[in-house]
Amino acid sequence: MRNATRENAVHPALIFWIAAGWVGFCLLPWYGVEDGFFTFEWLLDGYPFDEDYAPAAFLIGQGEKLWLAPLLLPLVASLFALGRVKSDPVYARILVMTGAVGFGWLMAQGFGIGIRGFSFEWLKALFGDLGDRQFGMGYGALVVASSFLFLFTQGIAARGAINGDVFVVSAIGGVIVIVTTFVFFPIAKMLVAAFITEEGGYSASVFVSKFFDDRLWGIGCLSGGRCGAAWNSFFLALIVGFVTTALGLVFALVVTRSGFRYKRLLRALTVLPIITPPFVIGLALILLFGLSGSVTQFFAELFGIQPTRWLYGMPGVLIAQTLAFTPIAFLVLIGVVEGVSPSMEEAAQTLRAGRWETFRTVSLPLMRPGLANAFLLGFIESMADFGNPLVLGGNFDVLSTEIFFAIVGAQYDQGRAAVLAMVLLFFTLSAFYAQRMWLGKKNYTTVSGKGDAGVHPLMPRGLAIPVFIAAAVWGLFTIVVYCMILYGSVVELWGVNNTLTFKHYVTAFSVRIEETGIRWNGAAWDSFWTTIKISAAAAPLTAIVGLVTAYLLTRQTFAGKNAFEFGTMLSFAIPGTVIGVSYILAFNVPPIEITGTGIILIVSFIFRNMPVGVRAGIASMSQLDKSLDESSLTLGANSWQTFRAIILPLLRPAILAALVYSFVRAMTAISAVIFLVSAEYDMATSYIIGRVENNDYGLAIAYSTTLIVVMLSAVGILQLLVGRTKIGRRTQFGVGE
Amino acid sequence: MKRINLIAFSSLIAIAASATAASADKLTLYCSAQEDWCQLMARSFEDATGIDVNMTRKSSGETFAQVKAESSNPKGDVWWGGTGDPHLQAAEENLTESYMSPMRDQLHDWAISQAEGADNKTIGIYSGALGYGYNTDLLAANNLPEPSCWRDLLKPEYKGHVQMANPNSSGTAYTTLASMVQLFGEEEGFEFMKGLHSNINQYTKSGSAPIKAAGRGENTIGIVFMHDAVKQAVSGFPVKVVAPCEGTGYEIGSMSIISGARNMDEAKKFYDWALSADAQNLALQVNAFQVPSNRGAETSPSAPDMSTIKLIDYDFKTYGSSDERKRLLQRWDEDVSTLPQ
Repeated sequence: MRNATRENAVHPALIFWIAAGWVGFCLLPWYGVEDGFFTFEWLLDGYPFDEDYAPAAFLIGQGEKLWLAPLLLPLVASLFALGRVKSDPVYARILVMTGAVGFGWLMAQGFGIGIRGFSFEWLKALFGDLGDRQFGMGYGALVVASSFLFLFTQGIAARGAINGDVFVVSAIGGVIVIVTTFVFFPIAKMLVAAFITEEGGYSASVFVSKFFDDRLWGIGCLSGGRCGAAWNSFFLALIVGFVTTALGLVFALVVTRSGFRYKRLLRALTVLPIITPPFVIGLALILLFGLSGSVTQFFAELFGIQPTRWLYGMPGVLIAQTLAFTPIAFLVLIGVVEGVSPSMEEAAQTLRAGRWETFRTVSLPLMRPGLANAFLLGFIESMADFGNPLVLGGNFDVLSTEIFFAIVGAQYDQGRAAVLAMVLLFFTLSAFYAQRMWLGKKNYTTVSGKGDAGVHPLMPRGLAIPVFIAAAVWGLFTIVVYCMILYGSVVELWGVNNTLTFKHYVTAFSVRIEETGIRWNGAAWDSFWTTIKISAAAAPLTAIVGLVTAYLLTRQTFAGKNAFEFGTMLSFAIPGTVIGVSYILAFNVPPIEITGTGIILIVSFIFRNMPVGVRAGIASMSQLDKSLDESSLTLGANSWQTFRAIILPLLRPAILAALVYSFVRAMTAISAVIFLVSAEYDMATSYIIGRVENNDYGLAIAYSTTLIVVMLSAVGILQLLVGRTKIGRRTQFGVGE
Repeated sequence: MKRINLIAFSSLIAIAASATAASADKLTLYCSAQEDWCQLMARSFEDATGIDVNMTRKSSGETFAQVKAESSNPKGDVWWGGTGDPHLQAAEENLTESYMSPMRDQLHDWAISQAEGADNKTIGIYSGALGYGYNTDLLAANNLPEPSCWRDLLKPEYKGHVQMANPNSSGTAYTTLASMVQLFGEEEGFEFMKGLHSNINQYTKSGSAPIKAAGRGENTIGIVFMHDAVKQAVSGFPVKVVAPCEGTGYEIGSMSIISGARNMDEAKKFYDWALSADAQNLALQVNAFQVPSNRGAETSPSAPDMSTIKLIDYDFKTYGSSDERKRLLQRWDEDVSTLPQ
C-alpha cells in the first residue's frame, strides 16, 4: 500500500534541491561578501553585475571566472531526473552522477584557484599563469554545494541504500561533509606541519626527533626527578576520569535515589563549576591553599609549620579539574540513572534480592554506558584542559599547555605543537576504544514501549552513608570556593586590601541613560554582548548536529559506521589550542574564508561541543527500545517523522544537556577562542584573561561572577523551554516532582 | 518540536543581529601591550583622526603566530606593542613591511637602531629594563637579606624563593638568558643560570607571572621586567623593585606594519601618530611604566629611572635571530633544565 502511493513522479525534496541549485547559481552572490555574511548592502551596491556581488551566472555571462561554467552541466542534467519514478535505475544514476560531478568540480576549482591564481605549482606548469584569482565562497557557492550534496544523497537512497530512506542518507551525507570540512580538513592541515622542516620541505626525521623527546616521555619522576608531559597528562587524566565519574555518580544517586530534600540546591551546586569561566577556580584555590592562602596560613599558625607551595603542581590541577569536570559526569549520569527502568529493579526485589544486591547486580550494570561515557568525558576534558594547568601547574608540565607554548612561546615551533597534538590524540582515542571494549555488545535498553510504571528503590544503606558524606564534603567545598569568588569580586584588591566595594562591577557594567537612549559605557559590555550572541547562536546548532549524529549512530546501520563515529568524536579529543591554530591555517584562505568573523567562533563551538551532544544522545538513546521506532515505522511514519515524534520527545534530558553544555561552554571556553577572536568579535573569556594578566583581579572576578549569574538564568530558561521527559512513572513519595 | 524550531529560529536572529555595518576609513590594530593601554591608544587615535579602529589584544607570541598563519591573506594592518623579538622575527620572515616614518628624528637612538637592524620593518616605541622584584612581607617573614645584585640570587638561603619564566615559553625569560650571556660571557652566563636553577621554585609559562605571584604572596622573588614590578608596587602589593648592580639587559617594545595590509594608508597614519610625544604620553594614564621612545614624551615619576640603571649594550640583531635563539635555548634545555634542583 505504502509503496503504491509513493510510486508517483513528484518528489518535493528533489524539486526543492534542484531549485536551490539554480537559485544559488543564478541569483545569489557567488563569492563571500566582505562586509559580513549577514549584511545585505550588496543588494543596493551594483548587484547583479558588480564582480564582487555577482551570481555565478552573471560572472560567466560577462566572460569572467569561466572555470565556474562547467557547473552548468550537472545543473542541467539534474533536470532529467524530474518526471521519472524512484524505482527507475536512470533516476538514481542521474542524481548520483550530477551530485558527484557537481560537488567534485566545485571543490576542485575552490582548492585549485585561490587569491594568487592557481594554488599548486603543477597547475601553473600545466596551464600557465591564470591571470585571475578568486576569493572565499559566499551564499551562492554554499547553496549550490548543498544542492549537489543532497542530489547525490537522494540518488544513493534511490539505489536502495538504507532501505531507500532519503532522510537518513541525507543526514549521513550532511554530517560527513560538515565534519570533514570543519574537523578533518583543518586538523590535516595542522598535522602536516609535524613533518615540515625549517626550510619548508617535508621530512620524517623531523617528526621522529620531535617525537622521541625526553621532555615528552621522560620517566624521571619515578626516581625523584620530573616526568615527561605525556605521562603527566595521561596519569592526571586517568585519575580525574575516575574521581569525576565516582563523584558524578554520587550526586546522581543522591538526587534520584534518596529522600534528600534539597535536591534542587544540590543540582544548582553541581552545575556551578561548569558555568565558571576559566582561571577563576584556580585563583580561588590559590587564595585558599596557596603559600599565603587563608587555609594554609591558618594551619601553619595552628601547628607552627612552614607554609609550602604544595598546591602548585599535580595536586592543585587535580583539585581544580575535579571541581570543574564533576558536573559533566553528573549531567551524563543523571539521565542514565533516571533512565534505568524501575521494573527491572522491582523484578529483582520481587525475586527476593536485597537492596544492596539489586543495586550491585541490576542497577549498576545498567548504568554502564553512562559510567563509561562519564569517564571518557572526564578523561578527555582533563587531557584538553588548558586554564587550570596554566594557573596551578607549577613545574608539572602537561601536553595542552606545552602545545600552547610551542605555538605562542619563544620557540614558535608549530611542528612540535603538531607532534604533541598527535600524542594527545593517541591517548584520547585509546581511551575511546577502551571504553567501547568495556561496554561490548551488551544490551542496556530499559525504556521500551511496554508498560513501565515503577519506583526506583532507595539506595542500600551501606551505600547511602558514604555517598551522603562524599556529597556533603564536596558540596561544602564547592560552596566555600564560590564564596571566595563572590568575596573576591567585592573587595578593593584581592588578598591585600579587603575594603568592600562595588567599583569593579561599576567599571565593568555601568550604564548611563542619555537622551539618545541607554549608553552602555561599562568596559565589559562589548565582549559581553558578543559572547551572548555567539553562544545563543551556537547552542541550538550544536544540539541539532549532535543529536542527529547520535540518532544515526544508535538507530541506523550503514557501512563505515565506526569511522563515522570516530570522526564525530575526533574534535572533542583535540585540545582547543590546536583547533584554534588549525582553524586559522585552514579558513584564512579560499575556498572557505571565515577568519575574523563571528561565524568561525560559532563553527568552532559547534564542532568542539558536538561530541557532548552525541555522547549524551547515545547514552539516552541506547536506553530507548528499538521497538518504539519499529512500531512507528510499521504504522506508516517515515524515519524523519519517527525521529521527530517518538525519539525527540523521549530525549529531552539529552537535548537539555546538549543545549546547556554547548551554551555554557561557548561562554566559558578559552583555548580555541584565544586564537579566533578578532577586533569585532571579542569574547568574554579572552577579555577576562586580559584583565587577569593586567592584575585587575577584581574586575576579572566581577565579570566572571556576572557571567555565572547570566548562565544560571539561561540554564533555568532552557530547562523551562525544553521541559522534562515524562516517562510516566509513579514517584517515590506519592507527590509529583 | 515547535520549541526546537523556536530555538533554531531565535539563533538565526542572533546570528543576523551580530552582523555589523561597514564604514568608511578603518584600521585593524593588533595590540600586544596591556589591555587598557591598547584601548586607550585605539580610542585616542579614533578621536585624533576619525579613522575607526578595530583592536585585538593578544600577547606578542600569539600575535606573531596569528600574523604568520594569516600571511597569505593578512587581516591586520598594524601590530603595536609587545617585546621586540617577535617583531624582529616577523621582519626576518618578511611578514612585515618596511616604512620610513617622518617622525624618526624625534626618537631615541635605541628606537632607530631597532629599525635599522630589521631593514626598517619595525621600530622601537618604548623600552624597559630587566630586573627583579621581591615581596617585602615574605622576605621579612623568612628572615632573608635584601638582594641587590644578580649574583645575590645564587645564595643558598634563597633556595625555593626565586621564580622566573621558562625561556622556552616566554620572551622575558629569553631576554634574561640572553642578558646573562652578554653580561657574564657565555660560559659564565650558563654557570649563573645553573646556580639560579637550584634556587628556582617554579619556571612559569608567562613572563610576568613570577612578579604577580610575588605580589599575591605566592612567591618571594620574581625575575621580570622592572616596569612589571613597578606596576605591582603601584597597584598596592608589597613589592620592591631591584635594578641589579652588575647591570642588566632590556627589551624594546616595537611596532610594525603588516605586509600586505588592507588599509595601508591608515596603517601609516597610525604609525606616525604612535611615535608622537602626545600619543606616547598616554602611557602615563594607564600605569605603563616603560620608557617612551620619543625624546619629547614624559616619563612617570614611579618609573625606574633609566639613567641610574647600568644597561648592557644588548645586541638585538644577534640574540633576536632565530638561529642564536634556538642554540641558546637548546643549551639551556640540555645543561640547565635537566639538573636536579
